Amino acid sequence: MEHTGRSYTIKVWRQKNAQAQGSIQTYPLKDISPDMSFLEMLDILNEQLLQKGEDPIAFDHDCREGICGMCSLFINGRAHGPLTTTTCQLHMRSFENNETIFIEPWRAKPFPVIKDLVVDRTAFDRIIQAGGYVTVRTGSAPDANEILIPKAIADEAMDAASCIGCGACVAACKNASAMLFVSAKVSQLALLPQGQSERKQRAERMVAQMDAEGFGACTNTGACAAECPKQISLVNIARLNREYLSAKISSDNVEEYVPIK
Amino acid sequence: MNWFTRTLTSSIGRKLVMSLTGLFLCSFLVVHLIGNFQLLKTDSGEAFNAYAKFMTTFPLIKFISYGLYAGILLHIIQGILLTLENGKARPVAYAYSKAGDTSSWASRNMGLLGTVIFLFLAGHMTQFWGRMHFGEMPMVNLANGDSVKDLYKITMEAFAQPIMVALYVLAMVALAFHLLHGFKSAFQTLGLTHKKYTPTIETLGYVFAIVIPAAFAVIPILVFLMTNK
Repeated sequence: MEHTGRSYTIKVWRQKNAQAQGSIQTYPLKDISPDMSFLEMLDILNEQLLQKGEDPIAFDHDCREGICGMCSLFINGRAHGPLTTTTCQLHMRSFENNETIFIEPWRAKPFPVIKDLVVDRTAFDRIIQAGGYVTVRTGSAPDANEILIPKAIADEAMDAASCIGCGACVAACKNASAMLFVSAKVSQLALLPQGQSERKQRAERMVAQMDAEGFGACTNTGACAAECPKQISLVNIARLNREYLSAKISSDNVEEYVPIK
Repeated sequence: MNWFTRTLTSSIGRKLVMSLTGLFLCSFLVVHLIGNFQLLKTDSGEAFNAYAKFMTTFPLIKFISYGLYAGILLHIIQGILLTLENGKARPVAYAYSKAGDTSSWASRNMGLLGTVIFLFLAGHMTQFWGRMHFGEMPMVNLANGDSVKDLYKITMEAFAQPIMVALYVLAMVALAFHLLHGFKSAFQTLGLTHKKYTPTIETLGYVFAIVIPAAFAVIPILVFLMTNK
């Protein structure tokens, strides 16, 4: 494979640890193939840093095939870069030769920076813990068609369930709101028969946990859905609003929710 | 706090208050605009002054007006609280952001647009509403012999000044952008989305956001042109 050898100026957020003050550092980079993935470009930059005896840039990544939700990065002013894919599916051909590329971590109070570009996304885990589950019976696996679900409903639930929890919605939102994430997680179960028994409690608790984590409120700008690598639709946010408000009106629960720490 | 106040102070609850008060204020805009059209009648203010008298004295209208004041205040207070809390959710800003690629300018600046509208409202209410209710007003006799406050004269004098017309038109531009996002956003917050109706609501929102502020803005321009002939 012939390398056309593109050059870039990489401006990246460096921060030693959660307590340290971070800043944008500039690194020139040469001989980058347009066929390289964005994360491979960072790997090369890190190798060069290691050879110079410097600390490599810490960034999250795992499957590198767009399904795990581990990679993040706010690239050139956009969550996961200029495409609506995950960062691992982004390639250097999306950037012009000699372009300056800004790389920043997700910015949100509930997503504190751990190091460089790595943020702590366990706030999402706590929201799931608050109600994003179905209390299943133990025992043998039920037959596949024991509960009949119309195809259209199953598809809608699957669309919501395709959320990989990467946090791009929060990163893209001007309010750092987690509404798209929470709405997908509430919707995937609210649409299915298995999710009915805990339906009201789920909406109430997950929203209360979301608020307690410090995510902002939804302004319906639509930036989240525009950036979502899994095309989670704003229809889910409208559903969450319905689920939450109707649960608040009709549920038996009057106790104050105690957030999970 | 009990379950009810906790609901209304949750993030979705606050948005619920914003959407309900916002839609209520939209309905007020229509009523206000119908009243303003009386200014264009060539009857030396007869119809407008009779209308102003009716709006400030008829018991049912007075009752609704208290709801309106409450609605305006709630919308402003919730708006400020939401803007402050939303700001706290991102303590460190991005060094480089291309928010314009994924969302409209109006949707990202509802607080700013609301502030412009609030400043206009403060001036507007001092100039007309405050003077009508608490200030010195010239009196005029209607055709039926009633002596009423001459709001028509005050309005004509105000919009004979180009600066007043310019500020008014500017505020209406801000209102248009505010409504451009706010109208459809209110329905989304209420969870009122549907394949059949959402496209109609969105179209209606765009039409409302352009036609209503434009109609408001045309009136002082016409008054200016008529009085400065």
